[in-house]
Amino acid sequence: MTFWTIQVLNGVSFGMLLFLLAAGLSLIFGLMRILNLAHGSFYILGAYIGLSVGRVTGSLVVGAVAAIALVTLLGVLMERFVLRRVPAEELPQALLTFGVLLVVGDLSLWIWGGTPQTLPKPELLTGSMRAGDIVFPTYRLFVIAVGVVVGLALWAFQEATKAGAMIRAAIDDAEIARATGVNVSWLSTAVFGLGAALAALGGIIGGPFVGVYPGADFEILLLAFVVVIVGGLGSLKGALVGGLLVGLLDTFGKALFPGLAMFTIFAPMALILAIRPTGLFGAR
Amino acid sequence: MNRAAVAVAAALLAAVPLALSSYHVGLVTKMLIFAIFAMSLNLVLGYAGLPSLGHAAYFGVAAYAVALVTLRVSDNFWIGFGAGLAAAALTSALFGLLALRAQGSYLLMITLALAQVLWGIAFGWRSLTGGDDGLPGIMRPGPGLPWSLGTGTAFYYFVLVVFALATGALSIVVRSPFGRALVGIRESARRMEVLGYDVWLHTYVAFVLAGTLAGVAGALFVYYNGFVSPAYVSIVFSAMALIMVILGGAGTLFGPALGSAAIVFLENGISAYTERWLLVLGLIYVAVTLFAPTGLVGVLRRVRRWA
Amino acid sequence: MTALTVEALTHSFGGLQALNAVTLSAGVGERLVVLGPNGAGKTTLFNVVTGLIRADAGRIRLFERDVTTLAPHRRARLGLGRTFQITTLFPRLTVLDSVLLAVQGADGARFAFHRPLRAYPRLFEAAERLLDEWGLLDRAHVMTRQLSYGEQRQLELVLALAARPRVLLLDEPTAGLSPGETANVTAMIGRFPRDVTILLIEHDMDVALALAERVVVLFQGRVLAAGTRDDIRRDVRVAEIYLGVDEA
Repeated sequence: MTFWTIQVLNGVSFGMLLFLLAAGLSLIFGLMRILNLAHGSFYILGAYIGLSVGRVTGSLVVGAVAAIALVTLLGVLMERFVLRRVPAEELPQALLTFGVLLVVGDLSLWIWGGTPQTLPKPELLTGSMRAGDIVFPTYRLFVIAVGVVVGLALWAFQEATKAGAMIRAAIDDAEIARATGVNVSWLSTAVFGLGAALAALGGIIGGPFVGVYPGADFEILLLAFVVVIVGGLGSLKGALVGGLLVGLLDTFGKALFPGLAMFTIFAPMALILAIRPTGLFGAR
Repeated sequence: MNRAAVAVAAALLAAVPLALSSYHVGLVTKMLIFAIFAMSLNLVLGYAGLPSLGHAAYFGVAAYAVALVTLRVSDNFWIGFGAGLAAAALTSALFGLLALRAQGSYLLMITLALAQVLWGIAFGWRSLTGGDDGLPGIMRPGPGLPWSLGTGTAFYYFVLVVFALATGALSIVVRSPFGRALVGIRESARRMEVLGYDVWLHTYVAFVLAGTLAGVAGALFVYYNGFVSPAYVSIVFSAMALIMVILGGAGTLFGPALGSAAIVFLENGISAYTERWLLVLGLIYVAVTLFAPTGLVGVLRRVRRWA
Repeated sequence: MTALTVEALTHSFGGLQALNAVTLSAGVGERLVVLGPNGAGKTTLFNVVTGLIRADAGRIRLFERDVTTLAPHRRARLGLGRTFQITTLFPRLTVLDSVLLAVQGADGARFAFHRPLRAYPRLFEAAERLLDEWGLLDRAHVMTRQLSYGEQRQLELVLALAARPRVLLLDEPTAGLSPGETANVTAMIGRFPRDVTILLIEHDMDVALALAERVVVLFQGRVLAAGTRDDIRRDVRVAEIYLGVDEA
């Protein structure tokens, strides 16, 4: 019983991290129809910058804030000055972001080296909490909490505020949004920046337990893709459900069949593609 | 491209071992192998318009199949090579069924994800694939063939013949009604559908053909290098094939070969001075998408006014 | 035998009911016009009939054969052709290459992958004949996206004809055309082979009534009225919806 509870908590905490990663990707695609392959880059930059700034200043919080701010800035610059110059078609845009993925990956290798690193956890969040027989790392509970808070914030943002309504309108029809005075250009930049910020946050949160290393950008991208394939591209609900599903399946798969790591990722993807190719909550 | 240019190119390629050092012969061999890889991707990406970004999956799976069979079952060339082709064909048949359920960005994501899954298997299944270290010790083909391909020159001519056959075969396919239908599907799948074409079947057949041809290149590459590693199924290899197609000119017959030449020689030159080849590759991606989306062939056409 | 029959076709998009138990039929060689204001469900009807959308309920019969669950390309092979309201052509192909593809689609040669297209002169002859007949031969080597809008609408019609359809669905063929071009296209449709059944969506009442023998009026997804030209001209309900709605 304890074993299962722990695995479920593990799965949910991993799933929340996946949700953070997928949410940014989905948001950018939903509004701008851009598949941002540089999403993996934003993740590792978030982790690496957080690590370096944290070391230099001695404060993890400063490191985290700096990382998110810098990566958001990078995202904004990338959208405004580079992405806009590419024809507004799927393949050229994706190729451009692919180029950025390669550039950032190699620069990161150059700057931070090839040794895998893990971000240190804040004092407060080390150790574990007990509930009856169950002992669970505090940090992972923190990850779940962050995921829930961010999820609620994004949902509230979309549902309740005017900005959220604008994004929803623009997602449904850019021309109509423009006609009613919504500034689609500013909105695009803001959404891209928000997506980058979410990825960087993922890097900071995931840093302590997933770590950061050469190739992490590709691996994170794959995980985000699988979540979005399962949950549906462009849907916040899809990112959450997909994230939790993949997180749980991956955790249970690894616990029960340790050798078949990749198949626990492959199986849900193949199943969804066979039954509902645009994902659980994707637009048809 | 007109016949004279093709004849000149053929003559030059045939003369390579006579004129260049063995190091450079090796480089041109590599260029020809990657040209086949890029041409296979061109069939689905350039002609049929399918954004397939995980093409190294079929290249790599064939390489691993050849390596495993050659090392553990039989060193007969036909058996090894055949295993490679079969692996590539089966993998592309399976992945095609999954990926072609979707279009556009979904297709792009799915093809990348499927290739990454294979990479994960190659990396993780140490007992079978040797993991990150890969599998070394594959000899140049010999058993089963009338001559040994042990020397650089013999292997070069072998690869050149395969390249010529592949180019010839592709040239026939793209000019055929099937090939023209692929182009029609790229331009407007909806129009093709109501004109009576089974769009899914056309794209599926193209996908499997392309995967199998990528397998040919993968098999050749493992013989060329003598080993196989997870890099062969990695995003980096898919990225190389992709930029060769785009840089050379997607949807043209000789574009991928031009792109391969450019990238292979660039990589060779740059890697002699710095480790930052991937940085350069990424910058090439950015530059090409911004400034030359129709690739080198497009530039050449504007310069020479060929039809 | 009727050429096309549609029985109780119903379809909704989310909460919006686009088609509500629509029933109509067209005899062989008939010219049937589908009228109705924007949002009446006309294009949805065409999309369902050609198979691009699967209806929630209802049946479709092509020459008495039930095609309700057939894929679009299978229906096309059975003789169902279509033009689109938004021009659906091959932007980077020439006019000739486009018509070749259309002709090829109706020919057994379409599966060949081992011989070049040049090895099938009958396809070229058929394509050139079509272009000549419909006045586009001098534009044969022009890329589609360089044609004028009027020429593109013409090409759209030629492509549909090239597939040798027995039932042709034309979705607003004169949309966006100048009066001169409209007259051209109307004359063109008037010259289509008499054994081809034509269903025509039109906003322009003059064009519609010039070409039509029978008329079906859709309104909010239902069949409001059906009958001859004269019946519809006299129908009060039809006049109401057209007076109350801004016409293209």
